[in-house]
Amino acid sequence: MTTADTTSLRRHHARRWHEEGLKGFLFLCALLSIVVTIGIIVVLAFEAVAFFRHVSIVEFFTDTRWFPLLEPRHFGVLPLLAGTFTIVVGSALIGIPVGVASAIYLSEYASARARGIVKPILEILAGIPTVVYGYFALTFVTPLLKYVVPSTNIFNAASASIVVGVMILPMVASLCDDALRAVPDSLRQGAYALGATPFEVATRVVVPGALSGIVASFVLALSRAVGETMAVTIAAGATPKLTLNPFESIQTMTAYIVQVSLGDTPAGSTEYQTIFAVGALLFCITLAANLAANRILRRFREVYE
Amino acid sequence: MSRLLAAPANLRRRHRAARAFRAICTVLTWFCLVLLAVLLVHATREGLPWLDLQFLSEFPSRFPERAGIKSALYGTLWLIGFTALFSIPIGVAAAIYLEEYAGRSRINTVIEVSIANLAGVPSIVYGILGLAVFVRWMALGRSVLAGAMTMSLLILPVIIIASREALRAVPNSIRYAAYALGATKWQTVRHHVLPSALSGILTGTILALSRAIGETAPLIMIGALTYVAFVPSGPMDQFTALPIQIFNWVSRPQQDFHELAAAGIVVLLVVLLLMNAVAVFIRHRSQRFRL
Repeated sequence: MTTADTTSLRRHHARRWHEEGLKGFLFLCALLSIVVTIGIIVVLAFEAVAFFRHVSIVEFFTDTRWFPLLEPRHFGVLPLLAGTFTIVVGSALIGIPVGVASAIYLSEYASARARGIVKPILEILAGIPTVVYGYFALTFVTPLLKYVVPSTNIFNAASASIVVGVMILPMVASLCDDALRAVPDSLRQGAYALGATPFEVATRVVVPGALSGIVASFVLALSRAVGETMAVTIAAGATPKLTLNPFESIQTMTAYIVQVSLGDTPAGSTEYQTIFAVGALLFCITLAANLAANRILRRFREVYE
Repeated sequence: MSRLLAAPANLRRRHRAARAFRAICTVLTWFCLVLLAVLLVHATREGLPWLDLQFLSEFPSRFPERAGIKSALYGTLWLIGFTALFSIPIGVAAAIYLEEYAGRSRINTVIEVSIANLAGVPSIVYGILGLAVFVRWMALGRSVLAGAMTMSLLILPVIIIASREALRAVPNSIRYAAYALGATKWQTVRHHVLPSALSGILTGTILALSRAIGETAPLIMIGALTYVAFVPSGPMDQFTALPIQIFNWVSRPQQDFHELAAAGIVVLLVVLLLMNAVAVFIRHRSQRFRL
């Protein structure tokens, strides 16, 4: 072998090592997401298990009182679940109809110019920090509600629901818009040719044709409402109770977690562990919702050529 | 015969329904615009009287007229700086691996699924993770570093998803041309694919960072809600951030503090709008110079 050959061979080897090393590094970066997922599960499970050594899991799910910080203590998560449920239902009442209507407007009616205005507005609404929505709920929506329903508490589920509804609205609108636009024009034209009005085309052809995407967007939006924290912490109050009255102060799971972490709770105490027990429940609910949305998208996807 | 005669009335009804439906959809959509306007006007009207140089250059205070957001502004700057430092390289690297290198193996499927799920995990759960792992286990305390690492994990899925989309939009012809000239995989990615995807990656990254600027819950979880009347001088210092300061003021009962919160919100929204404008500008420019 000549020297020229060996150097070229060596260079070739060096380059291969370089290539493989880089690939390994990139792989490790991608692997981090699995590590984070496992990390979340381990951290939540570890402290939650410790919590359930002190508190029976039956009490956790059946006791109707949640007084974890003061004696006599009660660890029934139902009031927190009910609070979260109230917010989810309330926000769905606002976010879903308006979101779907905007999506239909965007995909079926809007001119290119109107679209060019509405889309960025939805993006801006989606990008506003949740703490700002909380401020808006407390200082604008609540006084407005008080004006209509005088018995409204300063902290109430209704105002928080309304702003959470506004928060999930852009998500519903843009996901539904994508789904509606994936329905081919030939279907619309076919329906028009049969004499359908635009209303009939939209509701009987386009919406059913995009149903999997629309339903998945609802599930994702609701999952987002479940995990919403700042707006409900600021506006919905800190009194866990089982009530369906939206004008009363309540507490959601997320707001409870914030409340505990605001105080100075020593690690290892039962109060500290409640964060993880409630957090684990929250994680399970949102994970189930996200998996369900993916399943809906995969199983019921309408395929168009 | 009778059905034919009845048709016009029926048709009129159907067209009326169509017009009503269109009107409802249009009104509800433009209602969003009204909402945004009301939100902005409300915050600006409440906060504007408090917005002056003193507000930007003073530390928080018990006295509303002397309170400012200096420590919050610097805290946010430190936090976002470190978050960008951690999340951008890792996120872009992960996206490159998944788009350019990954084959159809089991582990890659698991990676994809976990990224999709992480994108849907509530931000407060990241806060719990940060509290347990960074603050307690790694004993970083309530430092800028712990906050930035938590925030990085939170926006990592967003950066990965956006970067993947940008990489996917690069036409394969560019890759084939590079290979045909004898470039290795990495040379192709480094010198041809990445530069073509740069504007898309930048846009997605800026939007992800603007999300991090507004996030409050994870920072509260790791304990950033403390009275901080100094500017952090290193990554191990305690800090406060703009949304935390806003939350602190909103949760006080006095009207004056609510107005201070509004002033803080105006500053926060201006920062976010500027970042969005930069992102839109980059996207627009890259579309104009598309090959």
